[in-house]
Amino acid sequence: MYEWNFAPVFAESGLLLAGFRNTLILTATALSGGLVVGLLLAFARLSHRRWLRLPADLVIEVFRTTPPLVQLFWFYFGLPIVLSVEMTPFMAAGLTFTIQSGAFFAEIFRAGIVSIEKGQWESAKAIGMGHNQLMRRIILPQAVKRMFPSMMERSIELMKTTTLVATVSYADLLFQANELAQKTFRPLEVYTVVALIYFVSISCVSFFAARLEKRFARTGEFSV
Amino acid sequence: MPDPILRLSGLAKSFDTNTVFEDVDLDVAPGDRIAILGASGSGKSTLLRCVNLLEIPDAGRIELNGDVVGNPEKSGRARYPERELRELRKRVGMVFQQFNLFPHMTVAGNVAEGLVTVLGQSSGPARERALAELDRVGLRDKADTYPSRLSGGQKQRVAIARALAMDPEIMLFDEPTSALDPALVGEVLGVIEQLANEGRTMLLVTHEIGFAYHVANRIAFIAEGGIYEIGTPDEVLKNPRREKTQKFLAEHRRFQF
Repeated sequence: MYEWNFAPVFAESGLLLAGFRNTLILTATALSGGLVVGLLLAFARLSHRRWLRLPADLVIEVFRTTPPLVQLFWFYFGLPIVLSVEMTPFMAAGLTFTIQSGAFFAEIFRAGIVSIEKGQWESAKAIGMGHNQLMRRIILPQAVKRMFPSMMERSIELMKTTTLVATVSYADLLFQANELAQKTFRPLEVYTVVALIYFVSISCVSFFAARLEKRFARTGEFSV
Repeated sequence: MPDPILRLSGLAKSFDTNTVFEDVDLDVAPGDRIAILGASGSGKSTLLRCVNLLEIPDAGRIELNGDVVGNPEKSGRARYPERELRELRKRVGMVFQQFNLFPHMTVAGNVAEGLVTVLGQSSGPARERALAELDRVGLRDKADTYPSRLSGGQKQRVAIARALAMDPEIMLFDEPTSALDPALVGEVLGVIEQLANEGRTMLLVTHEIGFAYHVANRIAFIAEGGIYEIGTPDEVLKNPRREKTQKFLAEHRRFQF
């Protein structure tokens, strides 16, 4: 019978906390960068200008269809060779996950934008709004509320996918867990604690997301 | 005759191979209330939507208070730069069949939106103006509720207030009561009648022939890709001269009592 012993893990909890911090930093970077990239890609994809639409289509398709691990290797090992630029693990990971989540967010943004009824676009135009005003004031505020559940889903997915960065020696939570497991010879305990950390933090985010969704429903626009 | 507020000349529109209308001429004088009637699919809504360029006409000329919109002369087909579209639409109010209120904004927010975002007014005066317009349509007490809580008739009255807030030189009504329960039609027609009595210039696409008769000073009947018959309500509705107008009115009268 296996004897569980968490004491060695908690003795070195500083190691895991540092990893957790790095995971949060990377997720936040990729998330905020990805939202910006995603919105730009979505606008480019919706544009009637071919020279904007086609490159956006290409980026979105490539990053949605290739494994994130391969993308990470491209940026970390490939890019320095091709462009002879120096890549830190954080830069490579940040870039990979910014563009990758951007590609997914772009599709969510696009679907949200085109889901807004034609009448909304027309009545905004009819009072004299230009394209940017119409997007900012009428379309996006409604679209974001509709997109929010898929956005949350994608963000949670992102946070878990960032565990791949351990392969390029970025000291995220999973990387630190590997170290600790080897140090303490207690892999089961270490990974259980790590899973618990992910479980608790993502559940907290989900909880607040659900409350936010309730707030969105206040205007009653979803029941119309 | 005073200078027209709106002058359409040679207006043409087709979708792919389907010609909606060709060569429409219409002068709208200040204070004119022109009801546009016609069978469904005759292009009355399309004509109305060409006036504020929600549909871009294939040919022809639009003049608003003497200002030519776009560059119709340079080539056969008129070009309408984005800036000119916006300028025109600021000066033309439109009310849609489906109301199209902004569901994420309060009633007052809907009415003030154009003032703030398009005309650049600050929110205080814009709200004052919005409340005044809501007062006019009898909905001031609904200012801070969201559109989802309103009845169809109330929504349409808010939509009218939203258009009026921009001080349009002409109002376009695109079947404003067609999406309403019969019981709610009256309140919307009442507001439109009140605007007519105040001397507002308006074009009204409608199926409410009785209302058109009472409120409009001219009736334009659309058929065969153009204005088929136009005149005073008595001329067109009581003594239509042309066959299709007669048939259309007879069809409409069939079930009246």
